[in-house]
Amino acid sequence: MPDTTALFFWLLAAIITASALAVVLLKNIVHSALYLVLTFVAAAGLYILLGAEFLAAVQLLVYAGAIAVLIVFAIMLTRRGDIRASNLFNVNYLAAAVVSLALFFIITLATARMSWVAGPGQAPAGNVGAIADAFLGPFAIPFEIAAVLLLVAMVGAILLARGGKQDQ
Amino acid sequence: MITLNHYLALGGLLFCIGLFGALAKRNAVAVLMGIELMLNAVNINLVAFNHFLEPARVTGQIFAIFVIVVAAAEVAVGLALVLNIYRRRLDSNVDDLDWLKW
Repeated sequence: MPDTTALFFWLLAAIITASALAVVLLKNIVHSALYLVLTFVAAAGLYILLGAEFLAAVQLLVYAGAIAVLIVFAIMLTRRGDIRASNLFNVNYLAAAVVSLALFFIITLATARMSWVAGPGQAPAGNVGAIADAFLGPFAIPFEIAAVLLLVAMVGAILLARGGKQDQ
Repeated sequence: MITLNHYLALGGLLFCIGLFGALAKRNAVAVLMGIELMLNAVNINLVAFNHFLEPARVTGQIFAIFVIVVAAAEVAVGLALVLNIYRRRLDSNVDDLDWLKW
């Protein structure tokens, strides 16, 4: 059983890394958006591997569904010029590469030095009920605030995308 | 055997790739895509911590759901801003968005 888990982990890790690199490095922004969807789907597979089935479903619905559609719409509405050179680097990409690589080495060194102490207990068989209890119990107020945040973001996005008073 | 450090290394790698995309891209939509990659890396780390360190509770997954909610709100408002700027300037290049600089 651990062998198949390891196999799936390395497979999903390879897919995530390759498609994330494709998102960043490809010059056609439509291809970047499609590889972004592949990254989201592989991350959902990783959540299933970690025993978070509800989160995997949320990831597929929200990220691979809604956010991907939003991004593709924004690309189609703001497209201008040659689509094959629509996702170029700006002037400071060398500095960005140096910063990102340095941060990656710092993160790997720091996590390799840590010794994690696992807490007690076993994972419950199905965790959807536990998530529901947590949302309506100890996390009720953050849950309501998240609902208000989504409403505010929806109203703000509609107002901004409508373009203000000059259209009337 | 896959340990917590494997997941943390994968999350760190994904975060750094997203950071590079957010810093080095010219198109504003591509910058938002890099930010989405970074938020996904954070979610992977949260769920991995939950699975390996505190398996009896679901606190890490709750946090990941809140991160997803905030990411959805952020990308909706961000893309609306990009659309509005594009309608005024016919441009989505972040290097040209310097009207606040004088």
